[in-house]
Amino acid sequence: MTDGSGTGRGVDGAAGEPDPRDERVRDSRVGEKVSAGSSGLHDVTVLDGEILATAVPVRSQWRLVVRRFLRHKLAVISLLILVLLGGMAMFADVISPYEFNPQLDAATLKQARQSPSWDHLGGTDKLGRDQFTRVLYALQKSLLVGLGVAIISVIVGVVIGSLAGYYGGWVDQAMMRFTDLVLVLPALAVLLILATNPDPTFFGLIDLPPATEVSGMIIVISILGWMPMARIVRGEYLSLREKEYVEAAVAAGAPARRIILRHLLPNALGAIVVFGTLAVGLAIITEATLSFLGAGIQLPDVSLGNLISDAESTVGTDLSYLIIFPGLMLFLVVLCVNFVGDGLRDALDPRAVR
Amino acid sequence: MKEALLTVEDLRVEFHTDEGVVNAVNGVSFAVAAGETLAIVGESGSGKSVSALSVMGLIEKPGRVVNGSINFEGRELRVLAERDYRKLRGGDLAMIFQDPLSSLNPAFRVGDQIAEALLTHSYDKKIAARRQAAVLLDQVGIPHAGDRARDYPLQFSGGMRQRAMIAMAIANKPKLLIADEPTTALDVTIQAQVLEVLQEAQRETDAAMLLITHDLGVVAGMADRVVVMYAGRIVEEGTLDELFYDARHPYTRGLLDSLPRLDSDRRQPLRTIPGTPPSVIDLPPGCALAPRCAYVQDRCRTERPELESVGGGSQRSACFRAAELPELAAAREVARA
Repeated sequence: MTDGSGTGRGVDGAAGEPDPRDERVRDSRVGEKVSAGSSGLHDVTVLDGEILATAVPVRSQWRLVVRRFLRHKLAVISLLILVLLGGMAMFADVISPYEFNPQLDAATLKQARQSPSWDHLGGTDKLGRDQFTRVLYALQKSLLVGLGVAIISVIVGVVIGSLAGYYGGWVDQAMMRFTDLVLVLPALAVLLILATNPDPTFFGLIDLPPATEVSGMIIVISILGWMPMARIVRGEYLSLREKEYVEAAVAAGAPARRIILRHLLPNALGAIVVFGTLAVGLAIITEATLSFLGAGIQLPDVSLGNLISDAESTVGTDLSYLIIFPGLMLFLVVLCVNFVGDGLRDALDPRAVR
Repeated sequence: MKEALLTVEDLRVEFHTDEGVVNAVNGVSFAVAAGETLAIVGESGSGKSVSALSVMGLIEKPGRVVNGSINFEGRELRVLAERDYRKLRGGDLAMIFQDPLSSLNPAFRVGDQIAEALLTHSYDKKIAARRQAAVLLDQVGIPHAGDRARDYPLQFSGGMRQRAMIAMAIANKPKLLIADEPTTALDVTIQAQVLEVLQEAQRETDAAMLLITHDLGVVAGMADRVVVMYAGRIVEEGTLDELFYDARHPYTRGLLDSLPRLDSDRRQPLRTIPGTPPSVIDLPPGCALAPRCAYVQDRCRTERPELESVGGGSQRSACFRAAELPELAAAREVARA
């Protein structure tokens, strides 16, 4: 996608030949060793009175990942934007001098229908409420929903995918047919029903928060959100478990739990993180869709979806900035999330060396 | 001879494939004692790797051990529960795989992988296991072992990775070390070093070693006794000297003749064994080598020769003409000249 990732992969591809590369690694290490002499970075391991190890600062995997990520310009910019927006959303009450649901008194109403200005960055709506403030509060909810759904989907998907992919056979069959079953549900219809369900306790069986709250919304979207992750993890495991290092681990007597957690999971991490981030974006869109359709988080609480829905009638009028601003925000956030996912994919590939 | 540590008897392994049942290993018996190295030699598909995997209990699904006994220290491994087998693997039974490039997990540090092997069996403290991992890496000749332990496999060269694999295999002082083509993926200069490390490791732990290879050069340098496999069966076995200086099976002779020698006439092309190995799905009724054999008789095509003692020592050969083979070969040599 960017120059960074392209050249990065090209170089990694050439890593097939190990020997010359190793020489290079060693050479550079010798240099580092010298330069590190005064920096206090070295530690000396003395074993049986013999010095086995001196002083070469080893680049940690973590630092390699960060470095590869930083090379992905678009992802870095996207991450900065997300951090900025996230920070603004979380501290909306500090940043904005207005309330998102102010007392609708004469003073407020007098501010109604103002186009964007330095006083009201996003303009004001028909009731004089500051749109910028409302979008920040809405963003807060959307981001929470996105993160919450992604976390739950990843956990559920990884557990199901791991078991199915590692054990295969009837475990795989049972879990994947169940996954298929959930996948073929008409998602939007089911989501609408769940999100508008007046009895989230399901006749007192479980105690779920209502979908009009953020936590309720997270649960509803997660119910239909974990399947892609489960399939991806299963697929990764199916190919990874044929690797020789897994066979070698089995031959070394490693139990199933350790093979799953130590050998398979870290190697599948790239795919998990990428699809986890994409799940954030997808969940934000799903939440907005549901809110737009009148389910989920309800006014006077704001979400990006119900702000857009609320401003629907302004399209084509001089108030159309009311729909453009939250719409652009939604677009920007999801786009940034996806770019960050891209950057992470390149950075986390455990097979890449640099 | 010392008492055998591992005795495999009449082992049969089948693989059920779409094309039919593959008799990968067809009644193979061998034994190996502590401190001894037994080489299993054969070309691809002869069943040598499958024999090794059977000992480790790692034959997977389409494959099945259908007959025979695998006796390790007086215990029958074929009836061992998976739990108990797991305790043996990496502990008393260790295996070194062919391809060091893919046998190390790219996602974690070499030292940690060795430490993991230690933690599975003999250590319970992570820090101690890590220290021991560095000691092991040093033992297999990795410079700056303490530092290199913190490297990832991709930062290692091929030879270093195979050393690391050896370190991992000997970590728990195994009684039996199975090396499945340990040097095939390495270039020749590194091969010699790795074999030396392997021998050193064996000497220190007094382990029995099963060396699976197709490289007779490796066999000559490492083995005490040799088993030659062809199409899932043992065709000849004996001590290293017996086989190298007095081979009594046309296949073994063919393998030896196909090696380049310093004293051979360089204008002559290398001798090869004509033809290809038979498909192990439907083996011919007679000797499996019959279609490729220079000394074939009518009898060989209908009747399968059994392994029988020949030459007065421990040597055994599965050839009807084993006793007269040296003369036959000499006569052929004269005819050729």
